[in-house]
Order: sequence, then C-alpha cells, then structure tokens
Amino acid sequence: MKEIARFHQAVNQPWETAGRIRQTGQKIIGYLCSYAPEELIHAAGCHPMRLFSSGHDILLAENHLQSYCCSLVRGILEDSLAGRLDFLDGTVFPHTCDSMQRLSDIWRINRRHGFFADLVLPVKLTTPGSAVYLEAVLSRFKGDLEAALGTSITDADLENSISLFNQIRTHLSAIHEFRVRYPGRIRGSDMNALVKGAMIMDRDGAATLLSGVVESLQQLPVPDRPAKRLVLAGSVCDTPDLFNTIEAAGGTVVGDDLCSGQRWFDSLVPEDKPPLAALADRYRTRATCPAKHAGLITRADHLLSLVDRTRADGVIFVMLKFCDPHAFDHPYLKECLEAREIRSMALEIDDSRQNQGQLATRIETFIQML
Amino acid sequence: MPDNPVAPPKIKAAKKMRDLMTTYYLEALGAAQNNRQVAWITSGGPVEPLVAMDIIPVYPENHGAMIGSAKMGEDLCAKAEDMGYSPDLCAYARSDIACAVVKGGPIGGLPKPDMLICCNNICGTVLKWYEIQARYFQVPLFILDTPVCHTGYTPEIADYVKAQVNEYIAFLEQVTGKKMDPDKMNEVGRLSYEGQRLWQQVLNTTAHKPSPMSAFDAFFFLALIVTLRGTQIAVDFYKELIDELAQRIKDGIGVVPNETFRLLWDNLPVWHRLKWLSDRFSAHQACLVADTYTSAWCSALTHIDENNFLDSMAEAYTRIYLNIGVDQMAQEVLKMIRFYDVNGLVMHSNRSCKPYSFGQMDIMRIVREKTGIPVLMIEADMVDPRYFSESQMETRIDAFMEIVKHKAGRS
Ligand code: SF4
Ligand code: SF4
Repeated sequence: MKEIARFHQAVNQPWETAGRIRQTGQKIIGYLCSYAPEELIHAAGCHPMRLFSSGHDILLAENHLQSYCCSLVRGILEDSLAGRLDFLDGTVFPHTCDSMQRLSDIWRINRRHGFFADLVLPVKLTTPGSAVYLEAVLSRFKGDLEAALGTSITDADLENSISLFNQIRTHLSAIHEFRVRYPGRIRGSDMNALVKGAMIMDRDGAATLLSGVVESLQQLPVPDRPAKRLVLAGSVCDTPDLFNTIEAAGGTVVGDDLCSGQRWFDSLVPEDKPPLAALADRYRTRATCPAKHAGLITRADHLLSLVDRTRADGVIFVMLKFCDPHAFDHPYLKECLEAREIRSMALEIDDSRQNQGQLATRIETFIQML
Repeated sequence: MPDNPVAPPKIKAAKKMRDLMTTYYLEALGAAQNNRQVAWITSGGPVEPLVAMDIIPVYPENHGAMIGSAKMGEDLCAKAEDMGYSPDLCAYARSDIACAVVKGGPIGGLPKPDMLICCNNICGTVLKWYEIQARYFQVPLFILDTPVCHTGYTPEIADYVKAQVNEYIAFLEQVTGKKMDPDKMNEVGRLSYEGQRLWQQVLNTTAHKPSPMSAFDAFFFLALIVTLRGTQIAVDFYKELIDELAQRIKDGIGVVPNETFRLLWDNLPVWHRLKWLSDRFSAHQACLVADTYTSAWCSALTHIDENNFLDSMAEAYTRIYLNIGVDQMAQEVLKMIRFYDVNGLVMHSNRSCKPYSFGQMDIMRIVREKTGIPVLMIEADMVDPRYFSESQMETRIDAFMEIVKHKAGRS
C-alpha cells in the first residue's frame, strides 16, 4: 500500500523528514515520551517530533552517562551530541523515570537545541490535587511556548490541534481494531511504522494518509496460515526486526501496551471541555506508564483486559535493559497473567541489535509452546 | 608509605549510638505486642507527622544499609532475582523485597507495616518498590509526590505539595483513627529542626584540620537523624557527639593519623567495603572528610520554619539535594569542596542509584574546570558486592592518590 510506504520512509529517514518540514518554515520541537502535549506544540505553530535513539555507537554520550543507563536515553543523547539533532528548534522533557530526569539536566547543561522545557508532571494521577497541578504544569508550558515564540495560543488554536490529533488517534485505533479482527493481515512492522511515523511526520499529512490506510485495509492480503495472537508489553519497542521474527515464528501482534504504541494513541482528548483541562484529563485516564501511579492494580487490569479484548494467546514483555520502571512491574504482571493461565516471556533488549539469532530462537520456542 | 602509626582513640559515642539503634529496633519489632502501629517510610520522607502521632517509623533503606554492612546483600539480591527482579534494579529495593518474603537479613526482617509512606523526592525507584510492598502486605500506601525542581521551586509545585501535606495528615488520621495534636506536631517539628541543625554541626566539625572524624563515621552516625528525627533522643545524642568531637579537636586528635590529604566523597557509601576503603585511603594519609550523602538530612534547613514546621515542610522536603538539577548539585559540591578545603573528589558511580549517579560525569567536569582538583570515579554498588573488585579498586585508588600528592606538591 503506497500510504504505508510513506510512513516507512519517514521512519527510516527521520532527519530528511525533519529537513523537509523545516523548509516550510516550521519550527521543530522534539519530545521524549508519550506524555508530551503535542497538541500544544502544534497549536503554537510548531512541529512536534518524537525522538528515538538512532542506534549509533555510543561515543560522546560515554562522557555523560554511565554504561548502566538504558540505551534509549544514552542513544538520544549520543544523537544530540553528535549533531544529528541539529534540526531541532527546541525540546520538551516530560518527567517520567530517573534516567530521563537526569537526561533533561544533561541536555540543558550541554546542548539545549534552542527552546527548552521541563514538564514536571505529577507522578500520582488519581488525586484531585494532582489534577489541578497537572493542568497548572500544562498551562506553564503553554506560557513558556508563547513567550519563546512571541505568539499566543488561543483556545480555538488548541481545539483545532486537539481535533487533528484525535483524528490520528481514531485512525490508528481503527487500524488496531482491524488487526484484532483479522490478525496477520497488517504486518507488525507496518503497524509500527504507522504509529512511529505519525509521531514524526507532518500531522495534517499523516492524518490524511492514515485515513487512506483505513479505507484500503480490506485490500491487504489474507495470510495463508493462522498465526498465534500476541500482545507486546513494555516501554519503547521500535525494532522492525522483532516483528518480522515474531511473524516468521508463526506469531502475530494483535495489541500492545507500549509507549511507542497503543499507550500513545489510545483514548481521545475530550472535545467538549476547556482544552487544557481536556488534555490533562486524557493523561490521567489513558493507559498508565509504570513511572506513574494510578493505583496498585491498574496496570495489571489494563494488560489483562487487553489480552481479553484481543483474544491473545500469549504476551511478550519487551524491556530495555536498565529500565527500572518496567523491570519493577514485570514479576507482578507475569504473576497476574499466570493466574489466568496466560503464558508470557520476557525479552531484554537494547538498540545495539546484538544476539538477534538467540532472540529468534527464544521467540520461536515460546510461540510453539502456545 | 609510613609505618603503621598509632591508631587514634575511637569515638566513644559510637557505643551509645549502637545501643540507641538496638533499642529503637527492639521497640519497632515489638510494636504489635504493644499495640503500636508501624509505618514504613522512605529515607527522604517526612517522618515528623508519624512521630507526632505515635506511629513507629521504620526505614527499609536504613535496613538496606544494615544488610549491606553485614555483607548479606549478595544472598538477598540473588533471592530477589529468583523472584524475577532484574539485577539492574536498586539493591536496597531488591534486598528489601526479598527480605520481606524470606525474613532474612541481620535482624530477621523488619516488623510488618500497618501503612507505607513513600516520598519520591529521592528517586522513582521508591514508588515502584512501595507499590510492590503495598500489594504484598495489603496495607494502605500514601504517596507524597514532590516534583523534581530542575531549575526551581515553582508556585504550582508549592501548591501541589502543600495540599498533599494536608492529605498526608488526613491519611494518618484515617489509618490510626486518631486526631493529630497540633501542639505535639509543633514540638516534634521543633525537635526535628534542632536535630538537623545539630547534625549539620556534627558534619561541620570535619572542616577542622586534622579532621576529628571522617565521612565513614558520618555514614554510621547518620542512622539517628534518619530514624529518630523529631525526637529528644536524637537531639541529646548529637549534642553529646558534638562535645566529644570538640574535645578531640581541642586535643588535636585526627581520625586519620598524620592527615595530609583531605577528600570529599560523592554518592551513597559502599556499605560492604567501608572498612576496606577507609583503610586504603588512610594508608595514603588521606581522610575522606565529608560527603554529599549524609548532608542530605540537613540540607533543607534553610527552608524550614522551626516554629511552623508543618507549613514549611512541603518546601523543605521538595528541595533536597537529589531532587534538584545536576547543575545545582554541582554548585553544592563546589561549596563543600571550599568549605572542607579538600584536595580531591571521589565519586562513587553507584549502579543501584541512577538519580544520584547519572549527572555525576557532568559534575566531575564542572569540578575539574572550577577547582582543578583531581577526581576519581569508581564504579560499584552500595549493597551488592558482585560489582566490586578489590584489586582493581586498589590500583585505581593508588594511582589517584599519586595525582593528589603530586598536585599538592608532596610527591
Ligand atoms: S526505557 Fe525505561 S529507563 Fe529508559 S527512558 Fe524509558 S522508562 Fe526510562
Ligand atoms: S539508592 Fe537511589 S534508587 Fe535506591 S532507594 Fe535510594 S535514592 Fe532510590
């Protein structure tokens, strides 16, 4: 499908994508996590762009972050220091884990890339006080953007942006529903490219292209053999190889709880509320990142209901090495799955792409057991 | 290297301190029999309301330090790994999570909590750790969310944390079924302030040359300001300790014989190698006179209003050393370098503690640029000994000390 090809292109060449956007005169604001209020950045007339590690060897970041830091944080810093992110006009750091927290400091001290903002979100998402605080943090960020850009963001601007991002979410959710109903018809690497691409590309363009994808879904070829249905859970998983390996082993991904996946596009920003409050609302109610607290069993409930809804045969946890929040939750989530007789396996990955062969064998063995 | 000089007399207060800690732990372990409630609380958490409400506070991190010192860390960490916890997680958390299940460790496990109080001003680890324990013990969890102040304490952070102080009191009143007595609270707040002020004074004594005690002693004497903050016991003890240290200064007693070099330590101690490290440095006539860790329990003094503790608590607990930006941390380190007049900085890159360790390399650069003193970075873990190689460490310390001596013009 030609639309999907455009997403692959954007994902494979994020810097060219950024270059083209810049040529239109738009400023590019990078962000590091799914809690970044892209709508505000967009409403300020800028282009929000999610940063991923490009996976280059760590050379310069060695002087700032020890080896026991996750490859996402080290990799993004390496990209910045090596000048690969010079297209940025600014960056925003939503507060999540300890490693990101320190990356923000190191970034600010060493190479700011223009506009810089910390978005120190609450960690507790369930109390009335944290709701007030969350909205205040968003409002401060709005003010910072306005001051830096010398512009003002009206409610109407923000409402338009919210509506655009909701369209993107709606399309991606529709594609997700399709993969649940017709497993294997949309390839894992394609789904990954659609989601990741939508975090990188011009959003108007992405919305139009995604709507095209939704319309042409029925044209996708029917796989010749049924596959085992899998849910992925973890932090960032953007290695297309992993999806291909799963498919080669007779599996297919039907859903995920990843911050580079459904956690980013699930649930809409309510459009019948004052816009800042509406943004805050979504962060409080959407699927929770383990660095945040929305109750003791919320994440397990979410995973179990995802497995139910997608009728998954098993769960693969994909965790970046040295990622604390996910590593802490894993034993409990695994236990909850076991209590329901759902099998799971854990993969510890980093972006150096080592041990691919070993990974493939483990995935094959797991899928055969299901 | 000089021959083994005569060791200076030991600090007498140490014995008293051991007794106080034993009494404290016995009281905590006997809480259930005496119908007292126990709260587990993070080391940077606001303990004063607990003391005011007669709840016994227990610190899993202090327990973690005991496990490390008793060299029981390896077994408990391995046990946690069997339970599915990654070896890359904080070893305090790992050993505590394992200990709760196997009742191991130097005191056979901590008393069961009636409630958990988690303040995330030190790290995100404590949030996950306390969630795990809240599920395991099935007890209520209160989270005091103190947003990190990368560049400052904003009005919205102030409002948010202040509101939570009230929620905290309400939580305690609900769990205990009792009302908080404001007079008692004020009294505890005053004692806490006084304790912290005295603790700062204890630490300040090491600015004297030769230093009457070392950072290794501070790591030991720290336990009281952590566990008994807000009590008369801590106040009385530190007064005594200060007197003893003043006497040592008067008598010209230094903790390291022939102290010639003075060093600053950064990050948590390596609990399982305290003596080894202390001996290594002493052999070079070097004294680790101060550290960035133990001062965390008095660094917020400027934000506390001793006559209105509860109102100032939010700011005091939010603006602590680990909850600020790396550049501000570097400023604190520079201040200490000047105040203690040190010849070198030893940074413990601690695999367990990411918020403390990430950013250290930038602090190292800033220190080098601003002061020119040599900096040594050693990679280890505060509790888990599997990341420590004595021979490697020895070589590095020796090489570092050569540079320190050279710089000080005494090689
Ligand atoms: S992968 Fe884990 S440790 Fe790394 S930035 Fe994400 S949450 Fe933090
Ligand atoms: S050692 Fe570090 S990570 Fe562990 S509990 Fe203490 S502050 Fe948190």
